[in-house]
Formats: sequence, C-alpha cells, structure tokens
Amino acid sequence: MKKILVLLAHPAPRHSVTNGQLSTVAQSIDGVTFVDLYKDYPRFKINIEAEQARLEEHDIILFQFPLMWYSTPSLLKEWQDLVLEYGYAYGEGGTALKGKFLLPVVSAGGPENAYDADGYNNFDLRTFLTPLEQTADLCHMTYISPYAIYASLRAIKDGRLDLHTSQYKALLCALRDDKFDYKQAAKLDILTCENLPLKQGAK
Amino acid sequence: MTGFLFQAFVYLCAAVIAVPIAKRLGLGSVLGYLIAGIVIGPVIGLVGSETQDIQHFAEFGVVMMLFLVGLELEPKALWAMRHKLLGLGGLQVGLTAGIIAAIAYALGVNVQSSIAVGLVFSLSSTAIVLQTLNEKGLMKSDGGQSSFSVLLFQDIAVIPMLALIPLLAVQELVDHLHHDEHGGGHGAELSLVDGLAGWQVAGVTMLAVAVVIVGGHYLSRPLFRFIAGAKLREVFTAAALLLVIGIALLMSLVGLSPALGTFLAGVVLANSEFRHELESDIDPFKGLLLGLFFITVGAGINFGYLQDNLATVFGLTFGLMLLKALVLLGLAFIFKLKGTDRWLFTLSLAQAGEFGFVLLSFTVQNGVISGELSQLLLLVVALSMLLTPLLFILYDKVIVPKLTGDRSREEDEITEQGTVIIAGTGRFGQIINRLLLGNGFQTVVLDLSAEMVDRLGKFGVRSFYGDASRPDLLHAAGLHDAKMIVVAIDDPDRAAEIVQHARHERPDIHIVARARDRTEVYRLYRAGANDIIRETFDSSVRAGRSALEGLGIHPYEAEKIVTAFTAMDLKGIRKLADAYDPDTPAHENAEYIRLAHEVAAEMDEAMMGSRGAHKGSVDRAWMPPGKRPDSIDE
Repeated sequence: MKKILVLLAHPAPRHSVTNGQLSTVAQSIDGVTFVDLYKDYPRFKINIEAEQARLEEHDIILFQFPLMWYSTPSLLKEWQDLVLEYGYAYGEGGTALKGKFLLPVVSAGGPENAYDADGYNNFDLRTFLTPLEQTADLCHMTYISPYAIYASLRAIKDGRLDLHTSQYKALLCALRDDKFDYKQAAKLDILTCENLPLKQGAK
Repeated sequence: MTGFLFQAFVYLCAAVIAVPIAKRLGLGSVLGYLIAGIVIGPVIGLVGSETQDIQHFAEFGVVMMLFLVGLELEPKALWAMRHKLLGLGGLQVGLTAGIIAAIAYALGVNVQSSIAVGLVFSLSSTAIVLQTLNEKGLMKSDGGQSSFSVLLFQDIAVIPMLALIPLLAVQELVDHLHHDEHGGGHGAELSLVDGLAGWQVAGVTMLAVAVVIVGGHYLSRPLFRFIAGAKLREVFTAAALLLVIGIALLMSLVGLSPALGTFLAGVVLANSEFRHELESDIDPFKGLLLGLFFITVGAGINFGYLQDNLATVFGLTFGLMLLKALVLLGLAFIFKLKGTDRWLFTLSLAQAGEFGFVLLSFTVQNGVISGELSQLLLLVVALSMLLTPLLFILYDKVIVPKLTGDRSREEDEITEQGTVIIAGTGRFGQIINRLLLGNGFQTVVLDLSAEMVDRLGKFGVRSFYGDASRPDLLHAAGLHDAKMIVVAIDDPDRAAEIVQHARHERPDIHIVARARDRTEVYRLYRAGANDIIRETFDSSVRAGRSALEGLGIHPYEAEKIVTAFTAMDLKGIRKLADAYDPDTPAHENAEYIRLAHEVAAEMDEAMMGSRGAHKGSVDRAWMPPGKRPDSIDE
C-alpha cells in the first residue's frame, strides 16, 4: 500500500467546480492526504520544513491544479521554488525524494483540439507540462503522465465531469493498492478518464 | 539692578545683532561675538573694566564645552585615539613651545620668561576651533579628529603648565610684585589642598578623580532616573547644571582644572541613556557663556596700546601664526594626513587660545613675565584668535574647492554616519528598532519614560531618555544627518510637532509616523510625513480576516477581500486627506462629507463585487487561458 499526497492549488476555490469535485473525492479515500495549499498559505508564507516532512511521509505526490497561463498557479510554483531545495530534492545530497512518483492532475479550460500543433494553443498539453516532468527527473522522482480534463468549465454541462471524477477515484485507489499499470501509462502522453491503465483487480 | 540690566542688555544686544550678520556673511559665530565685543568695548565704550570679571565668569563656558566634548566621546573612542592624543598633541605642544621660547630668547627675553611665552603660545583655542568644526560638521573628518586630539592634549597640558610656571619666577619681577601687592590675591581662594604634604595632595587629587568616575558611573543613573521621574524639565536642567558646576567646584578645590574634571565626567556619562538629554540641557548655557567669553575678549582689546605698537603686534601675530602653521603642517606630513584634512589641521590650530589669557594672567601673578610684555602678548593672542575665522574662510573658499576640484567626488569623506532616529520606544517603536538594528542600521532611540529606557536597557536595547519634541534634543540625536526619523510616540500633538520640525529642518529626510486614527493621519500628512501607519488598522483588518475565515470563507478568499478593502481604504483616506481642514470639524466640512460618501460607495461596490459577480476588484483574475469560457456561475 502506497501513501498518496494530493496538493491542491486553486486560487479561486469559490468558482472551482471541477477541482471542487475532485477534491471532495480525494478527501474521501483512505490513505490519501489532501492539502489545500491556498488554504494553508493564503499569504504565500510556506513552511518549508513542514512541507518537506510531509513529502517524506508519502510515496506518490499529486499536483492537482487548474492550468493557468500554461503553468501551475503561482502558489504551487512558489511551493516548488521553496520546498524543492538544493541539497534536499536535488544536487549534492539531494535525494530525499528519490524513488517517489509525481503525478500532475490538471484541468484545462481550452478544448482538447486547442492543445495541438494546429490548435490555437499551438502545443499539446504534455509539452506545456514538461517543466514538471524535468523537475521530477532532477529530483530523482518518476513522472507519471498527467491525468487531465479538457474544457473543464463546460464539463459539468456536457456530462463529462462525473466520469472524470469517478475515474479519479479509481486512479487514486489503484495507485494506493499498486494496481496501476505504470508501464502502460508511460506509453500514453496524457491520461484521461477514458484511457486509464489499471491492472486486474482494481476497484 | 539697573546697572546689571543695562550690561546684560548691551551684551545680548551686541550678540543678537552681530552674530547673525557675521554668520550671514560666512564669518562664523565666533568672529561675530569678537566683533560685537570690540564694538561695545573699545569702539563705543559702553562697557568698561567689568569685562575682566565677566570674562572669568564666562570662562565657565569652556568648562561646559569640555563636558559636552566628553559626552560625545565614549571611553572606547578615547582609548582608540591615544596615539594621536599623545603623539600629535605632545609633539605639537613640545615643538611649538620650544621653537617659540628659542625665538623669544633670541629676541632678548630672559630664559624663564621665554619658556613661559613658549608655553602660552603653544596652546590653541579649543573654544573657537571646536565650535567652528562642529558648526561646519567637520568634527568627524580626519582633520577634525586630529585637531580635536591636539586640543584635548593641550587642555590637559594646561594643568602641568600651571604647576610649572611658579618655578619660572624671575626674582626681579617677584620683588616688584611684592612691592605692589596689597594683600588678597591668589591665596584667598578656597582650597582643600593648601598646607597638605605632597603625598596628601596626590591622595586627595586621586580621590577627587575617583569620585567623578565612580559617581558618574554608578550614582548618576539612579539619580537621573529619580529626577526624570518628576517629569519636570527644568528640574532636570537644574540637575545637569548642578552636575557640571559641582564637578568644576570639586576640581577647583583640589587644584585640578575644572575643564579636565568635567571632560572626564562627560566621558563617563557618554554611555549613559541620559546623554542626549544632558547634552541638550547644557548646550544653550555653553553657547551663551562661550559667546559672552568671546565678547569679553573683543571688549578687552586695548586699542590705545595697539595703536602705539601696531607694527609689533601685527608682526608678532603673523609670525606666530605662520610658525604654528608650519609646525602643524610638518606634523600633518608625519602623521600622514592627506588633502583637505592636512590643511584643515594646519589652519584650524594656528592661533593662540583662551587658555593663553589664563596662563598670561597667572604668569604675571607669579612674576614670570612683566606686565608690559604680557600686555603685548595678550594682544597677540587676541588678534590671532580674531584672525582664526579668516583661516577657516581660507580653508572653505580656497583650499577645499582647489583640492576637491581636481579629484573625483568619490573621495569625498562622509563625515557623519547616517542614522535612524526613533522617537518613542513603546510597543510600537521597539518593533521598528529591532527590525532596523537586526538589519545593520544604526538607530538612536529616544523615549520620554525613564523607566522604559531603563527596562529596555536590561534587555540590551540602547535608548536615550528625552523629549523628542524638543528641537534641540532632535538635533543632539543627529537630525541634521539622519537618513530617517520614525515618530512612534503616543501624544498626537507632539508627534505632529516632531514631524513638522523634522520636515522643516530636513526637506529630504524620510519620515515614518504612527497615527492613532484618521484625523491624525490627516494631520501627519499635512505636517509632512512620508509613511503614516495607523496603529490599530492592520490588526483590525487581520481580526476581520480571522472573523471571515471563522465564518467559513476560504482563507485565500478572505485574504483577497481584506487586500481589496485595505487598498480601497488607503485610496479613500488619501482622497479625504486633501479635503480635511484642521480648523473645520469634519461634520461641518461639506466637501469632506461629500467625498466620504463617495468613498463609502466605492468601497461597498468593491466588497459586493467579491460576493456577487466576478467583476469586483476582489477577484478579477484566475480565468482560464484561451477563449472566453462559458459562465461558471451555472
């Protein structure tokens, strides 16, 4: 059984629908620690020691956030800047996170076809997230292909949100119970509610 | 009574007219006083022989000045300058006295008198030079410090000189003296050491010095605290005067120089938290007495004798000043003073000093120098002092432009270190002080409560007792070269006064002020404060934020709400500050009322915005990228 840490970063929780549902689910699962970063650090004064200690207690780290300007919300970026210190997460003696996993859980406002060389965003979602991928690599962590939902603001109207939410729950449980197919996942650029690679016996 | 009032009127009148004119003309206050003295004395003849008595009284200004000099000088600093003090000072006095004595002997004066003349002329004028250096802000420069070391050595050297002079007595003159004497004189002075054996004198003297040092160190604090507890300014002033006069009296009784004694007391008290208060209490007395002293020097010039011996007096004066300057220049080379500092040192000390007058009258009393010779020498001393301001003008107008003109501005010496004055060290000022000290800024902390100063002292926070709304105290705390002043006192009237004064004196200084409420914000704004902090505003906003969080609002939402609120409030207060009129109550000020309504409406709109649509100022951002998304309120 793996221990999972979900770090939610949403600067406008009052307007959050998709992440609100995902958060409710994440908080309901045993073995998952859920943290609302904007709630813990409304003034951006991150407690580095506490955050590092929390990281060490978990095996799989999830960044759950709405994509903002093709990146993480500012507080999550601040969190990376402060918590992933030299000598701790990377560099000489920086092996505290060795062997752990990093999984971004992203909600994107634009539709899937916008995240394409021909779409108005010009790049695919995986490419936008390469900074996280390289961060994981430098920190000796294994990067798991991002679990994403496109056109997230329309998801509830289109009836897509419920499946995305239930699959999120399945994903978290599979990660916890070692029923997640990492090899298969590595072959996919983006994980969605339709292509989750779960092993036999996953709940 | 009328006579006394008339004299006081004449002296003050002369000073009040002459000094501002002299200063305006760039001549400095000392020359102003001297000219005032010449005018009321030899020129108009309003004052006469009583100037001699007044001069003895006014010499006390020198004593006070040395007390203040001591206050500025911490023991550590004194120890650090011991090489300059003994080396530079010792060489200057020794060389000058020797050369002058040799010349005097060559001119036909007998050996004993020659030595006395050398001693008299080796001294410079502490009063003029220190006053001028302070006025010009040159005290902390290398040249100023070197000059100060020499002056200090001279002031100390006066004591052994006074001991030496009776040994130089010329039998002929002594006989003459005894012939003239009609009783009284020196022996009538009160003394503790008369008739004691040498070792007893030494013992009593040591004891007196010990009393000053130990008393200053251990007794002054509780005593001053007790007096400060009475919260009567004049009593503290009286205590300060008592201290100086008491020490001067003690020193005189044991036959030591009062100036040296008070200087010592000043050094001992330099570490005291009452330093600035003492300084500002004594300073006006010192200024007046020194002024009086210079007036009497001017008034005492014997113009009749001067006219008869014009060439001799001027020749001797110029010769003396040239010689002294040459010795000083040589020393400046040896002690590696550079550029303007070398010339400051050379020019500032080239005159004879007020102790010269003292020594001269002493030499005559002891039959070392004849009355006629002393008359001549007296004029030389006075004239050289009179010419000193001209040397400073030469330094300012010729030497400085010439030497600094050739070089880049970078080499200009910063003579004073920038500091932050913190007025008020209650709960508010303490925090600021800690933040500033912790980041390497020098602070001068002033507080009206002696208990507070004492309590803080126990925790290692250095602060000074004093009323920061007194301009002289602010000045003593270094207002003229501080980078910033933080006004953190309770009394709103005093706070506004301090801000106004600081802004008036220093248009460029940064002023951070603490305000109790809006009205005070407006006042401080008018007085010229840069940053005005309402003492309870931030904490009330934080309490409001906690309340919002407690009611279930997401902490980050609460943070955004109070950020918007604070911004709106500051904007509103700035708007209202312009409409505020201190003479009209706010509820009668139509423009103020109109603006207040306007501000309140804007504020409501902003706040409602955060609860309703996402157009309010609280959260305009955090919309996803790309095309305008569908409404998220559905």
